[in-house]
Amino acid sequence: MFNLKNILGTKCLSKEDIITILDTADSFKEISTRPIKKVPTLRGKTVINLFFEPSTRTRTSFEIAGKRLSADVINISEYTSSSVKGENLIDTALNLEAMHPDIMVVRHSLSGIAEMLSQYVECPIINAGDGYHEHPTQALLDLQTIREAKGTLMGLNVVIVGDIAHSRVVRSNIYAMKTMGMHVKLIGPPTMIPLEIEKMGVSVGYNLEDSIKGMDVIMMLRLQKERQSKYLLPSIREYSNLYCLTSQLLEKAKDDVLIFHPGPVNRGIEISLDVMKSERSFILTQVTNGVAIRMALMYLLLVNKNDNNN
Amino acid sequence: MKSVVFSEQDISRAVTRIAHEILEKNKGAKNLSLVGIRTRGVTLATRIKKSINDINGLDIDLGVLDITFYRDDLAIGKHNPVIEKTSIPFSLESKNVILIDDVIFTGRTIRAAIDALIDFGRPASIQLGVLIDRGHRELPIRPDYVGKNIPTSKTTRVQVLMKENDGKDEVCVINDLTIDNT
Repeated sequence: MFNLKNILGTKCLSKEDIITILDTADSFKEISTRPIKKVPTLRGKTVINLFFEPSTRTRTSFEIAGKRLSADVINISEYTSSSVKGENLIDTALNLEAMHPDIMVVRHSLSGIAEMLSQYVECPIINAGDGYHEHPTQALLDLQTIREAKGTLMGLNVVIVGDIAHSRVVRSNIYAMKTMGMHVKLIGPPTMIPLEIEKMGVSVGYNLEDSIKGMDVIMMLRLQKERQSKYLLPSIREYSNLYCLTSQLLEKAKDDVLIFHPGPVNRGIEISLDVMKSERSFILTQVTNGVAIRMALMYLLLVNKNDNNN
Repeated sequence: MKSVVFSEQDISRAVTRIAHEILEKNKGAKNLSLVGIRTRGVTLATRIKKSINDINGLDIDLGVLDITFYRDDLAIGKHNPVIEKTSIPFSLESKNVILIDDVIFTGRTIRAAIDALIDFGRPASIQLGVLIDRGHRELPIRPDYVGKNIPTSKTTRVQVLMKENDGKDEVCVINDLTIDNT
């Protein structure tokens, strides 16, 4: 039985939780293919998207997920909120809660914000990305996409390539993938791989070409230019020479390898255009599944919230 | 206390009779579609489809419906949140849709199923077939095709077993005062 109050990260999800979420999402996927893409399941519920960082995919995905379940979705971004007037985040959250929302979806550039807010407000919180910490819905949609393509997760080999240090997607994926019995390898420039990250149960390498052989999934990360200090890389061109996934490199990988990217893509920097468009690329499938995962989480959080009250 | 009220043979006869009644009422199988409500409604619908095929050789569409999204008791927490897949891979537009479930009781499942079907298109008609009608309706809903009417009290449980799901065909009535169906 799924009885979590918040989705703050994949670190606190058990194997059973993850399977329940993925199975539920599989069933929700069909709604988005109907002529009328809406069911009344969450009618009368209110979802607030509180986004303090730019986002197209995640915010739209949460909004669509809520609306397809008939919830009322309100979007608040940094520039339209009273934080411009100096209100602190906890006050903003408490004021929003006074209007009785049923779920708050939070994105912020500070690590740990989602968990901190969950200590102040009663309503369930979904972490939509907090700093360098976690981005659980991204990891869950990645797992769903892998499971859909491969039929299983147990024992699969995944290589994650790029700016590991600044990536919340990596951390959420490592926790979730280890829980599901997958093997994770991290590749990137030494300046972008945190020391002692092996303690999370992953292996580390620095050479992309050697590392993609035998992998079931290659996950390329975005070079997060907005989070870089200028000392990590000699130049973007050098990064691209060493770590861009090209079709020549791809020839060394297994024929049935899956190529992932959490988006947004810097074309030609971390992944070449022909690889993005190849049939091994699941980048847009990831986005499609994102809606189903977010529908499933809203459903599971709200239905179980009611169970607890009875 | 448990008593068998419908045997394997009874079920098989009821399925054949319902298939005939469907064909009679709709003047043949043209423009017909079957939609089974998970889980045993789907099994039953599959058998009715086969029976119709045996009678007149027509292969009619069969859809699968999970009504969880449309339930009215999600908010009161009586419900098991496992959702199965819905699959209606054909158009319901202007079709005569026969909704199939194993047991009709309060009518709330059927209300949810009708809402769900209408979101898939505008059928010419929706008809309802059930194996067991046990009474105690809470909504103005009446089945068009019934395998057997079984008068029950509200505390009785009606258990439908089907070979494909449970290994044998049987309908039992279980009287147990600890069960609260309401």
